[in-house]
Amino acid sequence: MVMAEITHTPSFSETFLTNLYKVENGERFRTCLQCGSCSGVCPFGYLMDYPPGRMIAGLRADEFDLVMNTDTVWMCVSCYACAQICPSKIPITAALMTRTKEELVLAGNVPSELQNALENSQRYGNPLGESPRKRADWATGIQPQITILGRDRRPVDVLWFVGDYPSYHPRVQLVAKSLAKILNALGINFGILGPEENSDGDTQRLAGERGLFEMLAEKNGRIFSRYQFKKIITSDPHAYNALKNEYPALGISYPVQHYTQFLVEYFDQLKPMLTKEISAVVTYHDPCYLGRANGVFDEPRMLLEAIPGIKLVEMAHNHGSSLCCGGGGGGMWLDGFQWEKAHARLSEWRVHEAVATGANILAVACPYEPPRFEDAIKMIQPAGQVVVKDIIELLAEAIG
Amino acid sequence: MNPDIFVTIEHLRGKVSDISYVMLAAARELAKSTGGKVLAILLGHDAQNLAGNLYADQVLYADHATLADFNPEAYQKILVGIINEYKPRAVFFGHTTIGMDAVGGISAQLGLPLVSSVRSIGADSKLISQICGGKIMAECELPESTALITMVPGDYKPELGQSIQSPPVSSIPVQALDGLRITLKQYIEPETGDVDISKEPLLIAVGRGIQNQDNISLAEELAQEIGGVVCASRPVVDQGWLPSSRLVGKSGSTVKPKVYLAIGISGAPEHVEAITGSDVIIAINTDPAAPIFNIAKYGTTADLFDLVPALTDQIRNNKG
Amino acid sequence: MNIIVPVKLVPDLVEELSIDASGTNLDTAWLRLIINEFDDHAIEQSILLKERTGAHVTVLSTNVEGVDDLLFTAAAKGADRLIKFNGDFDSGVNNHALARAMANILKDLNPDLILTGVQANNDLDGSIGPLLAEYLGMPYVGYVSGVNVLGNIVSVRKEYPGGLIGEMEVTLPAVLGIQAAEQPPRYVAISKVRQMMKTINIDEQDLTGLDTLGGPIVKRLFQPEASGRAMMLSENAEEAARQMVAIFKELGTL
Repeated sequence: MVMAEITHTPSFSETFLTNLYKVENGERFRTCLQCGSCSGVCPFGYLMDYPPGRMIAGLRADEFDLVMNTDTVWMCVSCYACAQICPSKIPITAALMTRTKEELVLAGNVPSELQNALENSQRYGNPLGESPRKRADWATGIQPQITILGRDRRPVDVLWFVGDYPSYHPRVQLVAKSLAKILNALGINFGILGPEENSDGDTQRLAGERGLFEMLAEKNGRIFSRYQFKKIITSDPHAYNALKNEYPALGISYPVQHYTQFLVEYFDQLKPMLTKEISAVVTYHDPCYLGRANGVFDEPRMLLEAIPGIKLVEMAHNHGSSLCCGGGGGGMWLDGFQWEKAHARLSEWRVHEAVATGANILAVACPYEPPRFEDAIKMIQPAGQVVVKDIIELLAEAIG
Repeated sequence: MNPDIFVTIEHLRGKVSDISYVMLAAARELAKSTGGKVLAILLGHDAQNLAGNLYADQVLYADHATLADFNPEAYQKILVGIINEYKPRAVFFGHTTIGMDAVGGISAQLGLPLVSSVRSIGADSKLISQICGGKIMAECELPESTALITMVPGDYKPELGQSIQSPPVSSIPVQALDGLRITLKQYIEPETGDVDISKEPLLIAVGRGIQNQDNISLAEELAQEIGGVVCASRPVVDQGWLPSSRLVGKSGSTVKPKVYLAIGISGAPEHVEAITGSDVIIAINTDPAAPIFNIAKYGTTADLFDLVPALTDQIRNNKG
Repeated sequence: MNIIVPVKLVPDLVEELSIDASGTNLDTAWLRLIINEFDDHAIEQSILLKERTGAHVTVLSTNVEGVDDLLFTAAAKGADRLIKFNGDFDSGVNNHALARAMANILKDLNPDLILTGVQANNDLDGSIGPLLAEYLGMPYVGYVSGVNVLGNIVSVRKEYPGGLIGEMEVTLPAVLGIQAAEQPPRYVAISKVRQMMKTINIDEQDLTGLDTLGGPIVKRLFQPEASGRAMMLSENAEEAARQMVAIFKELGTL
C-alpha cells in the first residue's frame, strides 16, 4: 500500500518559532528550562497574560496565536532583566519580545500613543513630532558657538550624537547644555549634526518597528558619511546601544562611546576643574541600556565620586540588577496604556528605592530619566526633596 | 446689476444658529460698499417665526415639508432657483455642516465663483479668509456676480446681526421637491452627559497636550477644587478619553463661560470659534507660538504637568 | 462595490509657514506637505468598508512631493489600486480646477462611492467633495462620521453641533465628505509600505485642462498680527499658579 505524503502547512506559531531559532543565539530557545526566572524578574510579569516564560511554552505548544491575541506584550519595557537572569542565556528581550512586538505592529495592533510616536519618528525624525529644523535650537546662544557640521563644514575629532529628548524636551535640553559646557571646558573639538540628525531608532526598533529603525539608521548613516570625525559620543544610552550594536550590521560602523566613558579618558584634566563643592548624598540609577545591556557601570560612578562633597550610596537594586525606569521598548510612549493596566509605574518604584537610601540627588545618565523620575517624584510624598540630575549636570555645576 | 447681498439663514431644530447673525452683520458691511440691501433667505416648514429678529431689510421665506430639516439637495435646488431669479451681488453661506453642503454644488452647477473661510469684510469689498489652521490670512477681491461666500465666526459678534424690529417676510413659491436622492431618517441625540457644558460658568478644558487619558485626572482634581467642569477639544474626545458631551468646538458645543482655562490646547480655529464668547480665557501651552495666545487674556508657557498640580494645591491651601 | 478616494497633500502646520516674495503664495522652500488629515480618515473609512463588504478601493492624488509614499502607505493599509495625476500644478490649482479635470477620469472608473476629506487646511474655494459631486451628477453629504452600505444606498451619520447626529440615506453613486472615520487611521508598519513599493504599481494619468475658474483671486497672503496677545504670566509653574490664584480671586471665581 502506498501512503500519500501528508502535506504540512506550518502554523503561524511554528513559523514564528522556526524564525526565532535563526536569529543570533536563537538556538538557545531550545534549551529553555521553563524555570520561570524570566517571568519572575520581569517588572510587569505579574500583569502579562503571557510573561516571557509562558510565551516560550506557548511556542512549544504551537499555540502562539493565543499570545498574539493579548495586548499585554506591550507592558514589556525591554529592560533586559529577563535576558540577564536566564540560565540558558536565551536572548529573550532582543529576539522574542522584539519579534512579538514586530508581529503586533504588522497586524496593526498598536496602542495609539505609540502609534503617534512611530508616525512622528517617520515624518519628523523624532518621536515628539517637533520640526526637524528646530533640532539644534537648544544650542542657540551657547558660547563658543557649537559646530553644526552641515553649516560649518569642517572636520572635527568628535561627533556628538545628541538624541531626540536632549534636542527637544525642555527639561532634557538642560542636560545637553551641560554637556556642551563640559566639552568646551575641556577644549574638545566636537560638532553636532543638528537638523540633519534623525532619531537613533533603537527604542522604535524594540517597540517592533524594524522597518522604521532601518529607515532612520540608513538616513543617519548617509549623513555620517558626509563628514569627517574620529569617533561618536552620545548622552543617550539608547543611541549608544544602537550605534554600537545594531548599526554595524547595516554597514554603519564607527567607534562610539557613552559620554561617561569618553569623559573618564579625560579624568586627569577634568578632576582639577571640579572646584565647586556639591554637598549631597547621591544615588546613581544604572540605565538599562548603559548598564545591564552594555556593561558600563564603573565610569559613571567614577565621575560622580570625583565631585567634591558627593557621597555615593547604592540603591537596593544596582549595577546589573538595576530597576528599569519604564521608558524602554516603547514604554516612553505607552504611559497611559501601561498605567491603565498596572496602576503603578516602574519609575515610582525606583524613586521609592532612591528615597530609602536617604539620597538628596538621584543621578541619572539617560535622557528618558529626568522627566520620568521628576514626574514620579511628584506622585510620591516622601520623595518631595529628592532632585534628579544627570551626571553631566552635576559635573557642570561643579565646574562653576 | 443687482447690488443686494443675500444671506442663507441656518437653523437647527427650531433655533437660528449664531452664524446666521454673524453673516447678517458681515452682509451689512458688504452692502455698504455695493450700495444694496440685505436679504435673508429662510428655508423651512412652519418656520416664519424664525425671521423675527433677523437684522435684514427683507426675508425671503420658502416653506415646504421637506425643508423642516436641512437637506443639501433640497437647499441646492431652491437656492439655485432664487439666485437665477434675483441674481444678487453675493450670497453668504455658513462655513458649517449646513452651508458647506449646499454652496459647492451651487457653485459648480451655476458656474459661480466661491470664496470660503471668510472671516471679515475689508475695505473696498475685500474678503479676508483664514486658512492653514488660522496661521495664514488671504485677502481676495470680491468675485464677479453672483459671488458665493462661506463665513466663519470670529470677527462679527452675533448681536450685530440681530434686530428688535422684525423684517418684512415675503413668501416665495417652492417648486416640487420630489425624487431627492438624500433623505433624513432621524436625529440621534448625543450621549446625555452629566452636564451641559454650554451652561457652565467655569470650564477647565484639556487638549492634545494632556497626552493620555490618565492625565485628565489632573484636570479633574483642579476642577473639583475650583468648582469647575472639565471639557475638551476634539483630539481628546476622538480618542475616547472624554465623552462627546464634553466636546468644545465646531462639532461640539459653543460655550460662554466666565472663565475658560485652556490646558494644552493649541487654538485651532475649529476650537477657538466655540470659545470666543468666554469672558476670560487663560491658556497654558509650552509653545509660545500657539494661536491660543492670540485670543487668550492671560497665558503661560509653564508646563501643564507642573502648573496644574501646583494650582490645585494652592487653591486647596487657599481655602483651608 | 467600487470605492474611490481622492486625497491631497497639504501644508504641514508643524513647520512655520512663510509667504513668498510675490505675496500671494506660500514659500515652498521650507514647506513640508502632509496628507490632509480628513483624507486620511477617508482612506481609513474606505478600508473599513472594504473589510466589511469586499469593496475595491482606488486611492488617487496629484503628483506632488510625497505622493508616492502617501499612495504606497494607502496600499499597505489595503487599497487595491493607486493613481497619480500628472499635471501643471505649479501655476496654482484650486479645488474647482482639480474637480473639473478629475471628473472625467473618475466617470470612467465607474465609482459607486467616492469618499474624500470634508475639508483641507488650504481650501480657499470651498472643498472638493461637493464640486466633484456636481460635475459627476451625484448627491453629496458632508461632515460624515459613519458609513453603512445598504445595497444601493448608504446610510451616513452627519455631524451637527452639540454632538447631534443626523442619520441620512443617500442613493448611490454618491460623494461623501468624511469628517472622521469610524476608527482613527490605523498604523501601518514601514516594512509593509516598503513591501508595497516593490509589489504594486502606481498608475499615472494626465490631468489636463486645469481651469481655476470658480475660485477667488488672491490679492495677498499675510500672517495675522498677534493682536491683543495674551498677557503672559510667569513660566515658572509655582509662580504662574500664584498669579492665576490672584486672577481667580479678582474675577470672583475664588
